[in-house]
Amino acid sequence: MGCFLTNSSLGRKLVMSISGCFLVLFLLFHMAMNVVALISGEAYNMICGFLGANWYALVGTAVLALGVLVHFVYAFILTYQNRKARGNVRYAVTVTEKGVDWASKNMLVLGVIVILGLALHMTHFWSKMMLVELMGEHTNGLGYSPTDGAALIQYTFSQWYNVVLYLVWFAALWLHLNHGVWSMLQTVGWANDTWLPRIKCIAKLVSGVIFLGFAAVVVVFFIKSNCCCC
Amino acid sequence: MAFKLDSKIPAGELAQKWSNHKAAIKVVSPANKRKLDIIVVGTGLGGASAAASLSELGYNVKIFCIQDSPRRAHSIAAQGGINAAKNYQNDNDSVYRLYYDTIKGGDYRAREANVYRLAEVSNLIIDQCVAQGVPFAREYGGLLANRSFGGAQVSRTFYARGQTGQQLLLGAYAALNKEIATGHVTSYTRHEMLDIVLDDKTGEACGIIARNLVTGEIERHGAHAVVIATGGYGNVFFLSTNAMASNGSAAFQCYRKGAGFANPCFTQIHPTCIPVHGTQQSKLTLMSESLRNDGRIWVPKKLEDVEALRKGTLKPSEIAEEDRDYYLERRYPAFGNLVPRDVASRAAKERCDAGYGVNETGLAVFLDFKTAIAVHGKEVIEKRYGNLFDMYKEITDVNPYDEPMQIFPAVHYTMGGIWVDYNLMTTIPGLYAIGEANFSDHGANRLGASALMQGLADGYFVLPYTIGDYLSKKIQAPKVATDTPAFDAAEKAVKEKIAKLLSINGSRSVDDIHRQLGLIMWDNVGMARTKESLEKAIVEIAALRKEFWKDVKVVGTADSFNVELEKALRLADFLELGELMARDALNREESCGGHFRSEHQTAEGEALRHDVEFAYAAVWEYKGMDEAPELTKEDLTYEFTHRAQRNYKD
Amino acid sequence: MNFTLKIWRQRDAHSKGEFKEYKVTDISSDTSFLEMLDILNNDLVHKGEEPVAFDHDCREGICGMCSLHIDGHAHGPSQAVTTCQIYMRQFKDGATITIEPWRSAAFPVIRDLVVNRNAYDQILQAGGYVSVRTNSVPDGNAIPIPQADAEESMDAAACVGCGACAATCKNGSAMLFVAARVSSLAKLPQGRVEGARRAKAMVAKMDELGFGNCTNTGACQAECPKGISIAHIARLNREFLCAKLKD
Repeated sequence: MGCFLTNSSLGRKLVMSISGCFLVLFLLFHMAMNVVALISGEAYNMICGFLGANWYALVGTAVLALGVLVHFVYAFILTYQNRKARGNVRYAVTVTEKGVDWASKNMLVLGVIVILGLALHMTHFWSKMMLVELMGEHTNGLGYSPTDGAALIQYTFSQWYNVVLYLVWFAALWLHLNHGVWSMLQTVGWANDTWLPRIKCIAKLVSGVIFLGFAAVVVVFFIKSNCCCC
Repeated sequence: MAFKLDSKIPAGELAQKWSNHKAAIKVVSPANKRKLDIIVVGTGLGGASAAASLSELGYNVKIFCIQDSPRRAHSIAAQGGINAAKNYQNDNDSVYRLYYDTIKGGDYRAREANVYRLAEVSNLIIDQCVAQGVPFAREYGGLLANRSFGGAQVSRTFYARGQTGQQLLLGAYAALNKEIATGHVTSYTRHEMLDIVLDDKTGEACGIIARNLVTGEIERHGAHAVVIATGGYGNVFFLSTNAMASNGSAAFQCYRKGAGFANPCFTQIHPTCIPVHGTQQSKLTLMSESLRNDGRIWVPKKLEDVEALRKGTLKPSEIAEEDRDYYLERRYPAFGNLVPRDVASRAAKERCDAGYGVNETGLAVFLDFKTAIAVHGKEVIEKRYGNLFDMYKEITDVNPYDEPMQIFPAVHYTMGGIWVDYNLMTTIPGLYAIGEANFSDHGANRLGASALMQGLADGYFVLPYTIGDYLSKKIQAPKVATDTPAFDAAEKAVKEKIAKLLSINGSRSVDDIHRQLGLIMWDNVGMARTKESLEKAIVEIAALRKEFWKDVKVVGTADSFNVELEKALRLADFLELGELMARDALNREESCGGHFRSEHQTAEGEALRHDVEFAYAAVWEYKGMDEAPELTKEDLTYEFTHRAQRNYKD
Repeated sequence: MNFTLKIWRQRDAHSKGEFKEYKVTDISSDTSFLEMLDILNNDLVHKGEEPVAFDHDCREGICGMCSLHIDGHAHGPSQAVTTCQIYMRQFKDGATITIEPWRSAAFPVIRDLVVNRNAYDQILQAGGYVSVRTNSVPDGNAIPIPQADAEESMDAAACVGCGACAATCKNGSAMLFVAARVSSLAKLPQGRVEGARRAKAMVAKMDELGFGNCTNTGACQAECPKGISIAHIARLNREFLCAKLKD
């Protein structure tokens, strides 16, 4: 049974679905945590402290990294196979079929944008927080304590170009999830003619909440740091 | 040398004949079956079901079809349903009633024993198809639903929406796939049989010559028996409801090699087709006969309304109820709109000939759902016929929910075909014909929902038994060699014919000549035939055939995918077959079923049979392309059923 | 009506193909798309040129033979119809119409617009049937089947096997075709018996033949001439995963 996850198209899809599901859950958690920063910087820092260089957080990070890696690698394998299956000669005229989401046909492009955004995000935050702690340092390059996430947020999103980059990143993520979430449920077989519209609706809700939650933090902190009256 | 026809009808009571026969015929042991090869040409309901069943028994089977997959066969287009004498509706149906309706519907020109057997095995077909996963329509209680159909007063038609033929064919095709997977059936798709090969010494069928339609390669295939299941030859009319590639060539090669061809003039003209438009049409579209369950057929009573309709100044829905002539209900009160197809077609022609045709060409009548929508509501009608209504709207741009459909008769099915005995064997030993390709079960007219029944009856439940009787004599025979003089000669003849067609390089395309043949046939050998028209047709077809062999233009090469060549080969046969049909129609000086000789009608315009002179199957023997064929008669003796004048009035 | 046609011409599987332009004139708006091609072909024959090869047969939308990619759409711009059910009134007078064969690695071109769809047959041969022998079956009414189940089975069974799904899918996936058969039989008690075996065998064959992986774009459903829903793909996924988890 181990091999059908690599040998069979449906097995490979299951891997995409499960790893994707895991990443969505992580995103929901991360988003919830960020929203806390809107309410109270202290509370946010408390969570940051709780998720510092502890064994459970480290294991979580490793699993997460693995999830991203699997999802990423499989995406490339699937895309390669799919291009091969399409054949060498392409249609001269192509259209977007009625009722087909643009995102559904461009998941790889969106995924790559998400990964690039992730890399940026890691240099902004992870490298200045968890990595610093792992190295045994007490302050990061910016002079903040690695557990003072709130200050780091404040600093990062005071710069307009970061806000733009993050919003582009979130938009790509939003589109990716818009298709990804219902697709994940379809792949594990949770759909019929009644439930198909419903799971599409659930997907819109989940991706929308994730987008709004993340974007709100970025926008609010940008306004806070650039508007004199706040 | 006339045929010595032995129909091999078993003795005994009608209801016992098939059981008696099965008990009497020989069987082949499992070990011996594995040594025997059978070729099945055609993969429609008959061919696919036969090939699957024969393979299950242990024979080695080769199947041939001209399309890219067995599933494309034209059985797939049958819409309405399949009859069976289950009596699930408790409306006093029985095997006998189905038998009686079928033989009466065929105007008493079929064999009693064959028709009874057909009715007898009909119930098994339903069971078989349900077990295969055919999604028949069901009632809320989960049991099978039925609908009524033309020519019957009981509801015995099983259906799967308007796609019954498709679902039954997919069932048979699935059974075939199951056997292909076991390796006992080898499938040759995009292959066309171009000749049948007979053993030099014994005269038995021993193989076929086929052309690979992709590469053009001519192939030899040997077998201990050959089964022809290639359907009918309605495309001789060019415009018909048959698929574009449906043809009579496989059957015609058998005829050319000595198989008797029976009742070629018995052609069914289906009453509910979409009328012809323009002159560039390639194909006619059938609207299911099931529409006659709820639709009412009419033309205006007043000629001024007809004029207004043609001018477009009046909509059909604006014509008042009392100004409509529901002519089927008027003429046939007992059956009304559900009279058999031949009767409905002729009645439409009668009204149009009288000047009441409702479109510009004067060749159309109305099929109206106004009453049905008023009684049952639009939703019910939509559920029953939604897909057919949509199809009609696509084609004609008229919405049948608002305005009545226009329909007109068109060529649909050929009851005639290769003569077979009770075992379904032709006059050539080892050569069998099943389904529409043979002549056996429908007499002079086929009832709706009976074609599917016959195809599957022959393939699942008759041929697998009866073929054993012949093959039991072959258990010592070695594999059939294909390097014999018989194969050499057949291959050479095929190659010469192809080379000849390609070398003519005349001025007329295959389609031009085919269209002209179609017009000759429709005008002279169509719904109403006379001595004059038939004699005219014979002369004109012979002339056209000469023109074809002198002036046809076939482009492309022999060794490639060449559709023009395929069509030319088929048309060459149609040009002989058309003449044969006219000759048969000329010989049959009576009217029966789909064959209507204007000279022979009752005072009320109904078909007038002459049982004393013509209660026989006319079996024709080939004598050469420009020679008159020779007639042998198989007398149809009616031991059990009284031959009455068909009456659908009361 | 007049049209300019850009048609893919290719001599055989091994030759290189190219688009060629043709003009057709005086076409009646009631002419079907394939009749329009018949008219073009008849003209070509008269000129001594080889006609355009294209698959077609019943011309009633049921045999699944016709298979043209017209202006970017499998079976042309209309929804829920096959190529043979398109009429010229649906095009603008004077339009240029591009006609291509199915493009999919598993459907190689045989000539012009004709492709080899044998792969679909092979998938069905792997398990698209109920293993019953002729005559060894119970009475048709022995097993009642809820009407809704029979109807859903019929929805899936409406598949005509034309190949539009794989031809449309950007991944060249045959999932809608496979799902239609698996789902149709899975909804019936007759088909349930070997449901697990069927799902595994047909998916394995589909993969082996080089079809791509489904990414749930739904393009197949949009272009399917019979409007078969991708909900059937979900059922196939379910059938397959349950079967694998039991292994």
